[in-house]
Amino acid sequence: MSKANLLDRRQVVSTLLADRKDALVVAGLGAPTYDLAAAGDNARNLYLWGAMGGAVMMGLGLALAQPKLPVVVVTGDGEMLMGIGSLATVGLQKPANLSILVLDNEAYGETGGQVSHTSAAADLVGIARACGIVDSKAISTLAEIEAFAAGMQDVTSGPRFANVKIDAANLERVLSNRDGTFIMNRLRGALGYAPI
Amino acid sequence: MHARAQSPQEQAAQWPEDIFAILQRHDVRQVPYVPDAGHSQLIERVLGSSTMRGIPLTTEEEGVALLVGAWAGGQKGVLLMQSSGVGNCINMLSLTQIFRFPFLMLVTMRGEWGEFNPWQVPMGTSTQGVLELAGIRVLRATHPGEVKDVMEAAASQAYNALTPTALLLSQRLIGTKVFVK
Repeated sequence: MSKANLLDRRQVVSTLLADRKDALVVAGLGAPTYDLAAAGDNARNLYLWGAMGGAVMMGLGLALAQPKLPVVVVTGDGEMLMGIGSLATVGLQKPANLSILVLDNEAYGETGGQVSHTSAAADLVGIARACGIVDSKAISTLAEIEAFAAGMQDVTSGPRFANVKIDAANLERVLSNRDGTFIMNRLRGALGYAPI
Repeated sequence: MHARAQSPQEQAAQWPEDIFAILQRHDVRQVPYVPDAGHSQLIERVLGSSTMRGIPLTTEEEGVALLVGAWAGGQKGVLLMQSSGVGNCINMLSLTQIFRFPFLMLVTMRGEWGEFNPWQVPMGTSTQGVLELAGIRVLRATHPGEVKDVMEAAASQAYNALTPTALLLSQRLIGTKVFVK
């Protein structure tokens, strides 16, 4: 399945978050959640184990609530396709502190590697741009990931979207916490919100 | 039976104002919605508010996920939709049990009380059952005079007791949509 010269997903996410500072990170279900866990657990991580199609919307709700903090959504092509309308919702709200990075392996890796729509015609960058996310680009190098990571710290110039074609190899799972109430209350606690 | 969104009396209905005031008192900040005529007065109030942000959605399930993010970031919200949108939300409603966050949805009913359009009837008929199977407590307001009390109860249990709640606003309350005069 592996193609030459495609980026390794774990390297992409660890590079993205190497100097994350106060960034809040939402990871879509499946491999992106394992990638986020592999990059290092953090109270500001919102790991998803379900709710396919909801990652960008959770990022939007967070970004609107915390406009001074960088919010980044890391998700897969299948998850993004299921919530594709959320790009139009983001394009309408234009949260300046929201960044979206899609790890595009052109496949549903968690369920056996069945090809996704991005393997043929579906162009997520074109869709995001057409939804009003002007800063939308395709990324193919780690240097571009580093530039995207620096850009996401600027909470005045988003929203931004990037699609990175990654190697489709299934890597060993790195399991994050999966108790939603723990994840939620830990994140809220990191922002200074006590439990009710 | 009233024609929906037609008469001046309905434009100035009190019950949407009551709902708005209760949402304000609970410091609701994010108001995702798919529009419905029955919500039009409330949506106008939200869009004119300096503390609430109205957020149009492409599909109702987006709003459930949005409110997870809002709560993670310290804000409360309310989700507005018509009964047909409830079916679009089912899997995403799992989040109310996973994250135990304050969740309130206001659902204007179709497919009951003098409905003209048969396409509204199946989902309107199953709306309450679908919500209850998804773990959402359902309250209903049928008459203008009871909206305030029922909304007060719904908001309190959702925001204070973390009980995911849907308030159904009956078609009898909002008025049956008129297609043919």
